[in-house]
Amino acid sequence: MAAVLESLLREEVSVAGTVRWIARSTQSSEHDPGEAAALSSLRPLRKEFVPFLLNFLREQSGRVLPQGPPTPAKAPGASAALPGRPGGPPRGSRGARSQLFPPIELPAAAEAPLARRGGRRRGSGPGPARERGGRGSGGPEEMVGGESLAWTGGRKPRGSGSPGSPTLRRADPPNLSNLEEFPPVGSVPSGPARTKPSRRINPTPVSEERSLSKPKTCFTSPPINCVPSPQPSALDTSPWGLGLPSGCRSLQEEREMLRKERSKQLQQSPTPAHPTPESGSPLPSRTGSHTAEPADPAKVSSCQRLKLVALVYSSCIAENLVPNLFLELFFVLQLLTARRMVAAKDDELEPTQGTLDSLETPLFQSVHDCVFFAVQVLECQFQVLSYLDKGTLKLLAENERLLCFSPALQGRLRAAYEGSAAKVSLVMPSSAQAVSFQPETDNRANFSSDRAFHTFKKQRDVFYEVLREWEDRHEEPGWDFEKGLGSRIRAMMGQLSAACSHSHFVRLFQKQLLQMCQSPCGAGGSVLGEAPDVLSMLGADKLGRLRRLQERLVAPQSSGGPCPPPTFPGCQSFFRDFILSASSFQFNQHLMDSLSLKIRELNSLALPQLEPSDEDGESDVDWQGERRQFAVVLLSLRLLAKFLGFVAFLPYRGPEPPPTRELQDSILALRSQVPPVLDVLTLLQEGLGAHRAVLTVPWLVEFLSFADHIVPLLDYYRSTFALLLHLHRSLVLSKENEGEMCFLNKLLLLAVLGWLFQIPTVPEDLFFLEEGQLDAFEVDPLASEHGLDSMPVVDQQLLYTCCPYIGELRKLLASWVSGSSGRSGGFVRKITPTTTTSLGAQAPQKMQGLQAQLAQAFFHNQPPSLRRTVEFVAERIGSNCVKHIKATLVADLVRQAESLLQEQLMTQGQEVGDPSQLLEILCSRLCPHGAQALAQGREFCQKKSPEAVRALLPEETPAAVLSSAENIAVGLAIEKACAWLSANITALIRREVKAAVSRTLRTQGPEPAVRGERRGCPRACEHHAPLPSHLISEIKDVLSLAVGPRDPEEGVSPEHLEQLLGQLGQTLRCRQFLCPPAEQHLAKCSVELASLLVADQIPILGPPAQCRLERGQVRRLLHMLLSLWEDDFQMPVPLQLLLRPRNVGLLVDTRPREWDLLLFLLQELIERGLMGRTEIEACLGSLQEAQWLGDFAKELATLFKLFLAEPHVPEPQLRACELVQPNRGTVLAQS
Amino acid sequence: MILTKVQYDEIAQCLVSVPPTRQSLRKLKQRFPSQSQATLLSIFSQEYQKHIKRTHAKHHTLEAIESYYQRYLNGVVKNGAAPVLLELANEVDYAPSLMARIILERFLQEHEETPPSKSVINSMLRDPSQIPDGVLANQVYQCIVNDCCYGPLVDCIKHAIGHEHEVLLRDLLLEKNLSFLDEDQLRAKGYDKTPDFILQVPVAVEGHIIHWIESKASFGDECSHHAYLHDQFWSYWNRFGPGLVIYWYGFIQELDCNRERGILLKACFPTDIVTLCHSIA
Repeated sequence: MAAVLESLLREEVSVAGTVRWIARSTQSSEHDPGEAAALSSLRPLRKEFVPFLLNFLREQSGRVLPQGPPTPAKAPGASAALPGRPGGPPRGSRGARSQLFPPIELPAAAEAPLARRGGRRRGSGPGPARERGGRGSGGPEEMVGGESLAWTGGRKPRGSGSPGSPTLRRADPPNLSNLEEFPPVGSVPSGPARTKPSRRINPTPVSEERSLSKPKTCFTSPPINCVPSPQPSALDTSPWGLGLPSGCRSLQEEREMLRKERSKQLQQSPTPAHPTPESGSPLPSRTGSHTAEPADPAKVSSCQRLKLVALVYSSCIAENLVPNLFLELFFVLQLLTARRMVAAKDDELEPTQGTLDSLETPLFQSVHDCVFFAVQVLECQFQVLSYLDKGTLKLLAENERLLCFSPALQGRLRAAYEGSAAKVSLVMPSSAQAVSFQPETDNRANFSSDRAFHTFKKQRDVFYEVLREWEDRHEEPGWDFEKGLGSRIRAMMGQLSAACSHSHFVRLFQKQLLQMCQSPCGAGGSVLGEAPDVLSMLGADKLGRLRRLQERLVAPQSSGGPCPPPTFPGCQSFFRDFILSASSFQFNQHLMDSLSLKIRELNSLALPQLEPSDEDGESDVDWQGERRQFAVVLLSLRLLAKFLGFVAFLPYRGPEPPPTRELQDSILALRSQVPPVLDVLTLLQEGLGAHRAVLTVPWLVEFLSFADHIVPLLDYYRSTFALLLHLHRSLVLSKENEGEMCFLNKLLLLAVLGWLFQIPTVPEDLFFLEEGQLDAFEVDPLASEHGLDSMPVVDQQLLYTCCPYIGELRKLLASWVSGSSGRSGGFVRKITPTTTTSLGAQAPQKMQGLQAQLAQAFFHNQPPSLRRTVEFVAERIGSNCVKHIKATLVADLVRQAESLLQEQLMTQGQEVGDPSQLLEILCSRLCPHGAQALAQGREFCQKKSPEAVRALLPEETPAAVLSSAENIAVGLAIEKACAWLSANITALIRREVKAAVSRTLRTQGPEPAVRGERRGCPRACEHHAPLPSHLISEIKDVLSLAVGPRDPEEGVSPEHLEQLLGQLGQTLRCRQFLCPPAEQHLAKCSVELASLLVADQIPILGPPAQCRLERGQVRRLLHMLLSLWEDDFQMPVPLQLLLRPRNVGLLVDTRPREWDLLLFLLQELIERGLMGRTEIEACLGSLQEAQWLGDFAKELATLFKLFLAEPHVPEPQLRACELVQPNRGTVLAQS
Repeated sequence: MILTKVQYDEIAQCLVSVPPTRQSLRKLKQRFPSQSQATLLSIFSQEYQKHIKRTHAKHHTLEAIESYYQRYLNGVVKNGAAPVLLELANEVDYAPSLMARIILERFLQEHEETPPSKSVINSMLRDPSQIPDGVLANQVYQCIVNDCCYGPLVDCIKHAIGHEHEVLLRDLLLEKNLSFLDEDQLRAKGYDKTPDFILQVPVAVEGHIIHWIESKASFGDECSHHAYLHDQFWSYWNRFGPGLVIYWYGFIQELDCNRERGILLKACFPTDIVTLCHSIA
């Protein structure tokens, strides 16, 4: 490898030739035979060049102390230590790049060089990586001969426990693909010296994270064949954050390491460092690195050499030969913003300056070199830079080093900044909004049983209760999801017995997931439409809260470095933890089914295709809509796919790959039997074929990012990865041909793919696959004309939303400006409310025949909004048509059923027989009428669709276009409505009639009597009558006074009683506030009152002598009651109560006893037709049966006789009473 | 009538072991003349119910029932017209209506072959004239009309108050031209949880979006509010989004803490209502 680089530096081969050689082996010989000859001998090493180059650069920059997070690099192999660097000071503890060289003073680290996210030690067992990538280079390496030896000669064997002897190693050319021999450049910084102070290390969340995030651990596990070895605990605090198998390192250990490192730093630091805050933030001796060394173009040590390497490097980036474009950019920016070299080195290296043509000399000898190199690369990458967001461009354009080294580039960047409209605004978090209840899908009819319905009702509430509690508490220190909510979730899941309930719950879960996590477009105001309105309504405090929430959500997400592992930021973690805590097989299965279905649905959504030749401003408006819709669909897809991947690979996920080859083979054999949860390969192939990669690939990447270690080894997924790699390679940004994918589309795909290739479970060597496999897939270039890929659907907003890690570039630059490295809050955050869009109607209607083709053709040349409108109208009208039929035709039939039933009831009395039989009879008579539904439906669609289309299309739509659109809409609507109706109308009628029958039969019971016929308020009633509740309570008070016990001073005035009855009349006449139970009680109370009046039991206020009501007053009150009963009560008054033993018994205690009022009352009741004579007689009869004390029974018997004897005379009964009670003469006289 | 927690506690303090009688209420009104009677009654009733819930079990042990019944029997033997049952209830600090139920149940157990069903007992409590024993019928009736916190009459008053306020709210909504679906309509459509009113077009009240309104003709104290939140308000939120609860008799100010979360409390019909403008040009 080094030979190639050496040849390059000696200008034996050209840069272009080299890149051609790397990228396209077969064509490399075409250009310069001499060059080809020089390179052909190196051919077998071709694949290894890029990883070598990347690692070479990383190592070379090792002495630079850049601020900000380090560049994780996952290029395999080629640690490529420089020869001739004896006796350098220990580099391990310095600088972010130093992880390339395991810190010597840490034996643990030396044991396990900081391989990517987990130690790999050379000499551990064989693995697939080695098998596939490593062996092939064995032979040819010998041929490279001396040069190669020169390269490797100085390389120190790593790992004291390595079985390979140093001499043998010396002879061996570097086997770059062998991960064990060449641990890839460290992806993690050595924590203590890591200069990323902004990352708040909050001990509790860290441990919490770990205990909760089982899924994450799998991405952080040591790669295949890793021998678990003690690792420097610095790993733990890396921006990868997850650099450890879960729980393998306690917080205490971390702290311990941090403390040690800090004290070490303090000792080394010439000046006493600031006392570091207790937060554990690794900020040792920051003072030393604070001041940046000024960079001077004049002091660059070897321009030519640096230029050449920069050019090769840039070309590799441009040809997508590097796995991750943005990672390289990040690295370059780190070089640009390098603060200083390790001091000791500078002096030591001074003498070697000037020896240009040897790699023996360090490439970067000073900060000047670094900056020079970075600027060289940036010049080549200007195009990519110009597509970054405005903020990044500004920081770049304002970078003084850049201005100093390349005023031209600075000028271009400034121009790009000024011309850029790509302001990337922050994501608006959606505060939790519940999924609304929709009767169509959620009411009883959608459940198998009442029990299932009610169970689900409860579950919905438990789900939100859990969600609310999570919202409130998940940030509290010490709160644990599983501990706090786990048992409740499992109890709830346990109740979901029926499969139908599971699907309901999954629907709720998925909808809530989309609603809460979809962002940015899924923000709050889903109900009120435009988000700004909502915001203005919500007021400032809400905004403040949103902002705080926003920071919480976004900040941790963006601090994961340029290649963060897949995470579940913000609300997503709730759903992840819910799935984990539920640990329900049924739930997971239903969830996967549902997610897969939704993904397929969204992935195949007919996203509109705008013609490039759309003239004026109108298209602008349309484009915004298109982009927004695309963004919503894409983000939804990514979210769903992420969760699908998470759930689908959950059972297979473990912290480590299988330890032995045998085990792995058996697992592979087993797993290859399992069909993929979603046929992603086919979907990818279709997506590529249809030029919809920009939609399909981003979600596919999310899905695959959760794959376990075995997945990339399975044939099926290998093919998928191969296809993705091929796509990656083909996305050369500089190629901008007609029909080619849009720049930002490409950038998005490169970003997500680059990120995927850095995922721990994806083998490193995958990227540098055999070419045969790469060439196996060829995308059909013909279909490219109107594919989604060639449309500007991606903007910076979407790019940064999908790939927040690109924002690390801006952070890095900002930290350079601010002087304090890596402070994450350095930007002015701005919230730009985004609007909500529904996914709209997706109505890829099946149309057949020539008519369908004609319709398709019609749409082809019309703006896509027309098609959307028509499809939308058809969908809505079709649906409305069904509702209309339900409300008219079906409702009529139900009414008919009811009247038929009534007839039946009339003729057969109450004996209607078996309800199910009845239902059959009714249905057989009514269902044939359902046939009318189709005709009526057709009519409805024909009437409504054109109106809607006309209202929705622009006024200026040509008449012919309009009428065609109308006709198509009518056709589609009819098709939709009639398809549904013809399939369902009979069942619908049956269901409704059944409900009506059971309703009617139910009300056949005691109900109708209570109901009676009810009158409303009289006209012009102003509802000022006293409230029924007030009256009941007042009457109750009178009753309680009468019944006692009472205080001596207590009593009622006759006026009050009269007033009360007057009010009762008003209330009964108003009826506005009267409900049946209240009226019932009022009636009962009024009867009780009458009994008390008759028995003269009401205590009257006033002087003691006058504690009884006058007879006249009693009669007046009884008259009032009688007319209330007669005229105002609308429900039956329980007058028979008057003659119950208890009420009549009230008379027992009256001394002297008076029967006249009772007799009067009875006569009046008959007079007014309130009670029948026979009814009263019956009551009196049963009254006599009761046991009474002596004379009372006699009096009662006489009363009965009198009542029978003198039915029609209202007054004479008084005399009769006197006959019974001779001493009552005075009373008689009074009356 | 929005009270602070401190104010509320002051009132509640005065209600400890006060029997639920007419007379107690009168005294309470004199003690807190500035509070509305309805609010005081509501608070009293709720506090009393809490008290009963706490002590319910001890009155339902077999021993307790037996001892009450014996005391009742002894009492009525001495004087059937005296308020034996009512005084017993007051003495043991239990609700008269509930005491009546205990004794009635015990009485029926003794006099009927089959143990009385709940519906029979309820029916007899609603209409004591059905009680076979005249003395007991009078005693029971006396308990019921003298109990201002429990019993069929009180239940009916509460129900009526609730209904009246719903009607009131409906009128106010109609007056404001806010279209809504009421509970019956929602039930007919098959909604599993039904607030009193769902607004067909949401409005903003004091800057908060409102989708539904629930009328509560009671005072919102901590205990009842939390129960309502759990059984009703959050369920509504879970289905229909944020909403408004009107506690017509007031509430404890500190409970109105879920405004941001989507549950707004008011003690009257709101005045500051913003509707969606359709005339966006």
